[in-house]
Amino acid sequence: MSGGNTFLGMPAFPRNAAAAVQDSQLRFNLRKATHTIRGKRASVVAELPDWTELRAAGKEIKDHTLRNLERYLLQMEEAVTAAGGHVHWAADAEEANRIVADLVKATGETSVVKVKSMATQEIGLNEALQAEGITAYETDLAELIVQLGDDWPSHILVPAIHRNRSEIREIFHDKMADWGRAAPEGLTDEPRDLADAARLHLRERFLSTKVAVSGANFMIAETGTLVVLESEGNGRMCLTLPETLISVVGIEKLLPSWRDLEVFLQLLPRSSTGERMNPYTSTWTGAVEGQEFHLVLLDNGRTQVLADEVGRQALRCIRCSACLNVCPVYERAGGHAYGSVYPGPIGAILTPQLRGMGSALDASLPYASTLCGACFEACPVAIDIPEVLVHLRGKARHPRTERLGMRAAGWVFNRPARLARAQRLGGRLRRFVPERLPGPLSAWTDTRDIPDIPAESFRDWWNRTDGGAR
Amino acid sequence: MSGTAAERAPRAGVSASGRERILSRIRAAVAGAPDVEITRAYRTSSDPAGAVELFAERVADYRAVVHVVEAGEVAGAIAATLDRRAPARLVVPDGLPEEWARAVRSAVEARAADAGAEPGPGAAAIVRDEPVLSAAELDAADGVITGCALGIAETGTIVLDAGPGQGRRALTLVPDYHLCVVRADQIVAGVPEAVGRLDPARPLTWISGPSATSDIELNRVEGVHGPRTLEVVIVR
Repeated sequence: MSGGNTFLGMPAFPRNAAAAVQDSQLRFNLRKATHTIRGKRASVVAELPDWTELRAAGKEIKDHTLRNLERYLLQMEEAVTAAGGHVHWAADAEEANRIVADLVKATGETSVVKVKSMATQEIGLNEALQAEGITAYETDLAELIVQLGDDWPSHILVPAIHRNRSEIREIFHDKMADWGRAAPEGLTDEPRDLADAARLHLRERFLSTKVAVSGANFMIAETGTLVVLESEGNGRMCLTLPETLISVVGIEKLLPSWRDLEVFLQLLPRSSTGERMNPYTSTWTGAVEGQEFHLVLLDNGRTQVLADEVGRQALRCIRCSACLNVCPVYERAGGHAYGSVYPGPIGAILTPQLRGMGSALDASLPYASTLCGACFEACPVAIDIPEVLVHLRGKARHPRTERLGMRAAGWVFNRPARLARAQRLGGRLRRFVPERLPGPLSAWTDTRDIPDIPAESFRDWWNRTDGGAR
Repeated sequence: MSGTAAERAPRAGVSASGRERILSRIRAAVAGAPDVEITRAYRTSSDPAGAVELFAERVADYRAVVHVVEAGEVAGAIAATLDRRAPARLVVPDGLPEEWARAVRSAVEARAADAGAEPGPGAAAIVRDEPVLSAAELDAADGVITGCALGIAETGTIVLDAGPGQGRRALTLVPDYHLCVVRADQIVAGVPEAVGRLDPARPLTWISGPSATSDIELNRVEGVHGPRTLEVVIVR
């Protein structure tokens, strides 16, 4: 089942990626999907004459919020409480899961419907609820595909992006009956038919389930308002019909004022699904329409990210997934290779900061990039992902041979005279430089070509010819 | 931490200390960091000229059905639309303008009379949310007619705020057909104008076209859990 814990013990990124690129079906699915969405995003972004200014404002609003996070969180807590909601604070995943499980148990219910939420995936909420005898039903179409297929999400926005229509039909046909209403007879692989099957499968569940769990895209400190953007209406079903609503929201999702939505409701839909606006956005403040409302504020490593002066910009992320869709590495390796619910470029900087770089997988993530910068350009809140990748590479532990090599290079580059001597030596010995280095050094040359060494360095040529004049 | 939550959650003490831990970590993390000024150089208002036409075009882009009518034609347009769609059980929220409500009543009564049958399941009827409809009763309805709080031209968005003539949020969600009437004076040019006009204390639903998904190969398919058909009458 989808969740944070299932990724434990995965090998490092290079091995996962090497396996993934052998899967031609996966590469075909990903290429088709990412190229479709790239085109859509580019055209709706080009429509807005003030995109650059919106992007700058989005970045500044987030940075200002993060700088004043304590004040705005307290303001949020006060506003939600004043509007009849209850606020809980969870320092880590375990605390958050405990709080949600206890809240569900207090209602006497044994099942919940869920709106797609990255935060609850990150903390492995579904598995934690299962252990307490509570079944969590995913209701977003892609999450449903992942849940029924006993699979992992591979994209922030479209978790089942690695599946094509015929695979989805297969999953619905085989698995829907195990979770509720079976797939209709004669189900085809037409997207229209598959969407209808999901509608039928979940309808009764929406009408009868009494507790819902959601995340949120934004929360507004000034008013205590929560905001959820979605497409299908499953979000509205979960937010509206159940008697109890529990929202688990990362502390970085805060915006200071109601007005700030005018920026983010333009940035997010265009960056994420490539639409002028997503079909449905719901906002609510505290307990509305007779509902009981609980807000669980989640840290789970975010304050640790906040403490890193370079890395903290990752907390500006609004989970649009534009960086995934433009990334040449993601397009080929797919989301599973990143071993986290946050794949792609943003995952490569967020996961190692949230979880630390203790495991081989997490330490390898800052290298899961060519540093081409396409992600930075696409990011609607201007997160300089390459900058953070390089910063994290600097913090990761490097192999002994690499450290020795770097120290030797540093020694040479530190004095011009040493460098000139080394260059002359290299030029003279250049015929003896092998294409692949021996022993442990081969790890370097496996993925890199040694550049051709010129017979003469530029400086020597300049001095000999007086800048080409002689 | 509110009182009720503390009584309810058996280990509320954990979250109380969680609060202190989180806040002190935040203080330590940002100590000494410079504050950031917010500059709003983006458009905060746009030219409202042509907003009605742009709104009609952008709503239609989402594959909603759009009619633009003159003020005197709204009753006729509602009646014609209901005749064509023929929803048997139509939910009508309180506070719908009397002219629209009258058009709805006569359209539904005319259809019931045409059928000539006794009122019963399947017969054309108006359904009111008074007493409050259960989810199952709402699911048995075929359509809903509402007004709205405002429309946004640039994005083709309709915003409902559960005000008069709109009803609570579930009314426009569960029935499969939503007919929404938008007055020209409710249409603003862009998102900033809309945010400025709306009241965050009210539950808001922003609707841009019918329910849709892009989860299968990133192809947009209309109609998943929300209304599969959205029809919009714009009144000049």
